[in-house]
Amino acid sequence: MKYIDEYRKKGLILAVAEELKNISKKEITLMEVCGGHTMAIHRFGLHALLPANIRLLSGPGCPVCVSSQHFLDTAIAYSRIPGAIITTYGDLIRVPGSVTSLEKEKANGSDIRIIYSVLEALEIAKNNPGRAVFFLGIGFETTSPATAAAIVQAKNEHIANFFVLSAHKVMPPVMQALVAEGVRIDGFIAPGHVSAITGTAIYNDLVATYRLGVVIAGFEPVDLMQSILMLVRQFESGSPKVEIQYQRVVQSDGNKIAQNLLARVFELKDDRWRGLGIISKSGLSIREEFSAFDAEINYPITVPVPPDPKGCICGSILRGLKTPNDCKLFANTCTPTDPVGACMVSGEGTCATYYKYRS
Amino acid sequence: MCLAIPAKVISVEGASALVTIEDIEYKASLLLLDDVHPGDFIMLHAGFAIEKVDPEEAAETLRLLNEIADNSPQPI
Ligand code: SF4
Repeated sequence: MKYIDEYRKKGLILAVAEELKNISKKEITLMEVCGGHTMAIHRFGLHALLPANIRLLSGPGCPVCVSSQHFLDTAIAYSRIPGAIITTYGDLIRVPGSVTSLEKEKANGSDIRIIYSVLEALEIAKNNPGRAVFFLGIGFETTSPATAAAIVQAKNEHIANFFVLSAHKVMPPVMQALVAEGVRIDGFIAPGHVSAITGTAIYNDLVATYRLGVVIAGFEPVDLMQSILMLVRQFESGSPKVEIQYQRVVQSDGNKIAQNLLARVFELKDDRWRGLGIISKSGLSIREEFSAFDAEINYPITVPVPPDPKGCICGSILRGLKTPNDCKLFANTCTPTDPVGACMVSGEGTCATYYKYRS
Repeated sequence: MCLAIPAKVISVEGASALVTIEDIEYKASLLLLDDVHPGDFIMLHAGFAIEKVDPEEAAETLRLLNEIADNSPQPI
C-alpha cells in the first residue's frame, strides 16, 4: 500500500536501530502519547531493537481508555430515555460502566447503533424525526473536528433531534499534567494525527517550561524509529525542540479549517479522565450558540461519580508509572473478551496491546 | 482511534470524495479539507479527509532514511 509499505522496510528499521546504538549514550525515557503508536511499537517489536538505555513509556492517548466510567454511566442513562437512539464509535460499547455496558444495554433492547462516521448519526436523525438521536462524542483533536462539522451541518439543515454528548478531550493539558506530576519523561513521541489538525504550536510550552523534546511521529515502524532517533539527537545535544518527523502529513500550522470549526463550536472545560481525575481545561463542551445540539442542555441527566473498578491500575498505566504486567488482574480476571478496565477494551489500549503481543 | 489511513482520491463531488484503499471504495467527507483533486492521497479518519499526503515530503523522509542506511557501518 502506498505511503505504508515504504515505511515498513526492514532494512531502514535496522539502519536506524544501528544509528541509535551509535549515538545514544545517556539514559533516556520517552513517552509515546498515542495508543496508535503503542500498538505499532508492539506489533513490530521495536522495543527489542532499541539499546537498553532507551526506555519507552505508554501514555494516555487512547480516547476510549481515558473516557471515564462516569461518562459511560451517563451514556447508559441516555440510552434508557424512551425512544432514544444512541450512536457511537464501535470501541466504546464494550467499555464497562460501573454496573453495565452499552453492549449489555443493547442486548437488553436499547437502540444503540455503531457508526463509522458522525455524519451517519445525522442521517439517522433525519430518518427518525420523532426520536432523539444522541452521538457519543469521544476522541482527541483528530476526531473532534468531525463532530464540530456535524453540529454545524445540523444547524444549517435545521435538524432538531440530533444531540451530542461531548467527552472530547484535548491533548496538551494531559501531557503537561503528567510532567508536572513528576512522571519522568525526557521527551514525547507526539501524536501524528492530532498534530495534523493542531499544528506544532500546542507543544511549545512543553519545550519552554519543561525543556522537553517533542517529535511529531507517523505510525509506521520506520516513522517511529526515526522519531526516536530525532529525540535522542535532541537529548544528546541538549537542545530540546518541537520537530516533525511525519512531514508527509503534518504541517507546522496544522489544518486551519478544522481549527476554525473547533473554535467555533467548542470551548474548553475542566474534564474527568479515567484514572487521572479532573484536569483543568482538558475537555471540550459545546458553545452556547450551538446549545440546541448539546445533549447535556436538552436532556440534563446527572449520575453519581462511581469509584474506579477495584484492582484496576489503568490510571497508573496511563501515567506511564506501571505496566499491565504489574496488574494482578491482567490476563486472568481481565481479558479483552471480559475487560475490567478501559485499557483492556480498545485495540489501542495499553493492556489490550500487551495482551495481544504477550509472549 | 486516532488512526487515519492514506487513501487515493478517485473523484470529488461537492463536499465529498470517492476514495480507494487497496481497491476498496470509501466515501470521504471534505468538510475539513479543501483543494482536493483526483489523484491526491488524503488521510481518511472516521469518514473525514483530515489532511493531504504530500508526495515530496514523503520522498524526502525516505531520502533521509536511506542516507542513514547507506552510512550504516554494517551492510544489511
Ligand atoms: S489489566 Fe485490566 S484491570 Fe488491570 S489495569 Fe489493565 S484494564 Fe485495568
